[in-house]
Amino acid sequence: MYDFNFHSASSVDDAASKLAAAKDGTVMAGGQTLIPVLKQRLASPSDVVSLAGAGLSGITNNGDSVTIGATTTHAAVAASGDVPAALRSVAEGIGDAQVRNRGTIGGSIANNDPAADYPAALLGLGATVTTNQRDIAADDFFIGLFETALNDGEIVKSVTFPNATKAAYAKFPNPASRYAMVGVFVAQAADGVRVAVTGATDCAHRGPRLEAALSANWSASALDGITIPPENLNSDIHGSAEYRANLVIVMAKRAVEAAG
Amino acid sequence: MVENGIGASLKRKEDNRFLTGKGNYTDDINRRGQTHVYIVRSPHAHATINSVNTAAAAAAPGVVAVYGGQDLIDDAVGGLVCGASVTGKGGEVNKAPPRNVLTIDKARFVGDPIIAVIAETLAQAKDAAELVEIDYTELPSTVSTANSDADGAPQLHEECPNNVALDWELGDKAAVDAAFAAAHKTAKVELINNRMVTNAMEPRAAVGEYNSGTGDLTLYVTSQNPHVHRLVMSAFMNIMPEHKFRVVAPDVGGGFGSKIFTYNEEAICAWAAKKLDRPVKWTSDRSEGFMSDAHGRDHVSTAEMAMDADGKFLGMRVDSKSNMGAYLQLFSVSIPTLFHGFLLAGQYTTPAIYLEMRCVMTNTAPVDAARGAGRPEATYLLERLVDVSAREMGLDPAEIRRRNFIKADQMPYQTPVVQCYDSGDYDASLDKALGMADYDGFSARQAEAKGRGKLRGIGLSSYIEACGVAPSAAVGSLGVGVGLWESAQVRFNPTGGVTVFTGTHSHGQGHETAFAQLVTERLGVPVENVEVVHGDTDKGQFGMGTYGSRSLPVGGVAIANACDKIIAKGKKIAAHTLEASEDDIEFGDGNFTVAGTDKVMNIAEVAFTAYVPHNYPEGVEPGLDEIAFFDPLNFSFPAGAHVCEVEIDPDTGTLEIVNYTAIDDFGVLVNPMIVEGQVHGGLAHGIGQALLEGCVYDEDSGQLISGSFMDYCMPRADNLPSFNVDYSPTIPLHNPLGVKGCGEAGAIAAPPAVINAIVNALDIKHLDMPATPEKLWRAAQAAG
Ligand SMILES: Cc1cc2nc3c(=O)[nH]c(=O)nc-3n(C[C@H](O)[C@H](O)[C@H](O)COP(=O)(O)OP(=O)(O)OC[C@H]3O[C@@H](n4cnc5c(N)ncnc54)[C@H](O)[C@@H]3O)c2cc1C
Repeated sequence: MYDFNFHSASSVDDAASKLAAAKDGTVMAGGQTLIPVLKQRLASPSDVVSLAGAGLSGITNNGDSVTIGATTTHAAVAASGDVPAALRSVAEGIGDAQVRNRGTIGGSIANNDPAADYPAALLGLGATVTTNQRDIAADDFFIGLFETALNDGEIVKSVTFPNATKAAYAKFPNPASRYAMVGVFVAQAADGVRVAVTGATDCAHRGPRLEAALSANWSASALDGITIPPENLNSDIHGSAEYRANLVIVMAKRAVEAAG
Repeated sequence: MVENGIGASLKRKEDNRFLTGKGNYTDDINRRGQTHVYIVRSPHAHATINSVNTAAAAAAPGVVAVYGGQDLIDDAVGGLVCGASVTGKGGEVNKAPPRNVLTIDKARFVGDPIIAVIAETLAQAKDAAELVEIDYTELPSTVSTANSDADGAPQLHEECPNNVALDWELGDKAAVDAAFAAAHKTAKVELINNRMVTNAMEPRAAVGEYNSGTGDLTLYVTSQNPHVHRLVMSAFMNIMPEHKFRVVAPDVGGGFGSKIFTYNEEAICAWAAKKLDRPVKWTSDRSEGFMSDAHGRDHVSTAEMAMDADGKFLGMRVDSKSNMGAYLQLFSVSIPTLFHGFLLAGQYTTPAIYLEMRCVMTNTAPVDAARGAGRPEATYLLERLVDVSAREMGLDPAEIRRRNFIKADQMPYQTPVVQCYDSGDYDASLDKALGMADYDGFSARQAEAKGRGKLRGIGLSSYIEACGVAPSAAVGSLGVGVGLWESAQVRFNPTGGVTVFTGTHSHGQGHETAFAQLVTERLGVPVENVEVVHGDTDKGQFGMGTYGSRSLPVGGVAIANACDKIIAKGKKIAAHTLEASEDDIEFGDGNFTVAGTDKVMNIAEVAFTAYVPHNYPEGVEPGLDEIAFFDPLNFSFPAGAHVCEVEIDPDTGTLEIVNYTAIDDFGVLVNPMIVEGQVHGGLAHGIGQALLEGCVYDEDSGQLISGSFMDYCMPRADNLPSFNVDYSPTIPLHNPLGVKGCGEAGAIAAPPAVINAIVNALDIKHLDMPATPEKLWRAAQAAG
């Protein structure tokens, strides 16, 4: 780890001003991604601003939606009665107990790991990300490999998930890392059928062909015969593009079955 | 009956400190004035080192010293040694290319140590390490086990033309050729034994400390064999003479073989501590461990079996290559040859066996002994070949095994590959395992699984291994550079407590409990009054350490023999005190009794008398403290039958082990609970190899791809079933305690049991380890 200045922010505004004052600052939420990166000397921020005391943690049931504060941990989401079951299962399936007790929803989506689980849930439920500057629709938020719509210094405050009629997430974990080799979130969401895929490519994305098939017929068998072209899919020692292409369909079917 | 003696499932004495955070591991040790070393390693698989500039690093804040390979040479420090000299084809002994502690002209694998930066803090050492400028010319690299001996492959060492360190053969080629010529049917399988990283929970670490007042050097180190560490560093590396050198292996958190060897970083800590007259500490981080710990396995083989019309094995032929990595470590070439070839008969009467083994150098981390060391490779190859043979013959895998088993009444049995088995009843183990696993009910379970869309398979593994490598003269003549006896000292204190010094080392095996039980059984002393001491060259007599499941079969016998010396001396003292003839003294349950009388003296009273010898037999030395050295007459041969049952989801290739039965013959069990734990751990290791673990280097760049737990998949609890473990013991001829060793069996037996179950489920001939979901999915799709 290289030396850096550490700050504790008391609010989002405080965090924003501390970031603005820093030469090359970064915020920290649960630190589950940031700290390993620092330890391996892969990043050298001048300042680290912790959001732990910024008052961003908490879950609010709005009746037709649920709002989850940016620093709410995966464990808190998994345990919350206010969170719909499909979303709880996403949080429950992240990492291990230690990671779930520290890692946060804001950190996960800001980091946008191509194999992370939450991005699929945000896309699959048509969530809205609220930052200290604006509201961003999930569809516009996840842009590419570890890349989001967030501006420099922009801080996620919360994520709001509209209620869905039916929803489920099916994850095929990478045997080693247990991140998603492929994860598929399906929903009969507020604005129609949504299917979101993570792990398969460089960034979580929606699956328009799967959505069309399921809009016509909400059943696993509706996906029979659809094949995913492997061209742009990830390929590594754990799974080839062809294998991931197969998993997308299988996981989509399983998610539909689980959603009922 | 002695309480808490042999056979008692006593809770482990050592666990109190381990479970309450009171363990004392090498990294817990910090000495006054300590400095920290960080190693600059090659980022390239193969490169010429043109120049090194350490000026900026040396001037960086907190830096105490910056050393390169030449600095050690200038101090007359020798390189790391290969302890094996195995004679290959044409009487040619293996090459042993030299290895400097820090490489000077050339880097030969990613992680090859080049510069040591020593600073006041680790952070300062790391900061300074970034300032070391090394000018490399990258060279083409070769990492492949199969192809590194090909013409035109990049060459690692001048001493090893075509990268071949040893070309070895074993057995009677003509007899095997004749068997194949006469065969009714033959079977053939080509297979890979995947490279593994042992990944002990505790990374390697070392702290060197020099006392310039006395001239004594101490090295605290994560070692499975501190005396061997001291011997190698004294005799071959010239770091410090043995009598001025103390090596301490305190609590060690797992080794699995990789902590047998003397490593570069340890030598630097020892040498630099003296040079700087300040303690020097190094602790590996996990990434360094992946790069620089000795790896295990890594064979590619073709195996063939010749059979008669009844499926009796007539001859077996194996053509194999093993990857040695970039340098030969301590045991290196002895593992794929002696420890592998000698086990190729397995449990079978195959009369003729011929093995060709080529040990090749590659641009990868050194490969050496890892849990099982050679025997897992032999067992996997053989037990796969047996299943392929059954498939060729249309025989049930259990039936072909029975037809070829060495029968219990044929013991002792001389195999055609050197080993002479002294005991075993392989039919009994298999029958018990098949019964426990309900082998007969399998087809019904398979049909039921099919209804759920799952492919269910069952697989067997009838394994044998060899522990307690011995006798010393025999292994020496084969090319192992040390004697493989073991020592023990049993010391009564005046007040009756017993301190036992063993030359073996416990790094998770529970010796402090099992060895105490042994003493309790032998001497009748309450187990809580027995303390087992190991891991410190200043405390115990010389010993060889722990590997090859040798500690109880060899070290345990030494303890028992030292106890017997105690009893013999005690009889003299008791006879004198009780005014009887020594011949009339009987010993049992801790008491010396005059036969046929009620005259009795407890061993604690005898001990007190020995230290306060006011009324004492003439000619007998005071004190009660005995040493024994034991060199076994033969290896011990644990064996058994394992049955694995799996279910595969053909849509994803996900596999679940639904049932695993292990029947093992370990002879006498000193602490059955500890043995069961060893079996569980071994099975996790073996199942990990079969399904999950694979160390992967990039073929083009030579970079280590599986360099972290994100990519190297260790077995976790949810990968494993609840094991059914039981035993089918036979008593070994050669082991006075009747014990055989149990620490490696699971890792040896499990891989073929798992793969045999998989190929059965998929109805295919073979599938290489690790059987990842993708491989299983592809095979399931191809099988339709
Ligand atoms: C062993 C392990 C296993 C894991 N397994 C999984 C898994 O299975 N699935 C999965 O999805 N994830 C997994 N993760 C990642 C985990 O979910 C992390 O918690 C998450 O990626 C980052 O969240 P964090 O709160 O720890 O963020 P941090 O590490 O603190 O920050 C990560 C990045 O996000 C930025 N950031 C944090 N909060 C905000 C904010 N409010 N606004 C703007 N930027 C912000 C930081 O500046 C930093 O760049 C795993 C992690 C580990 C260590």
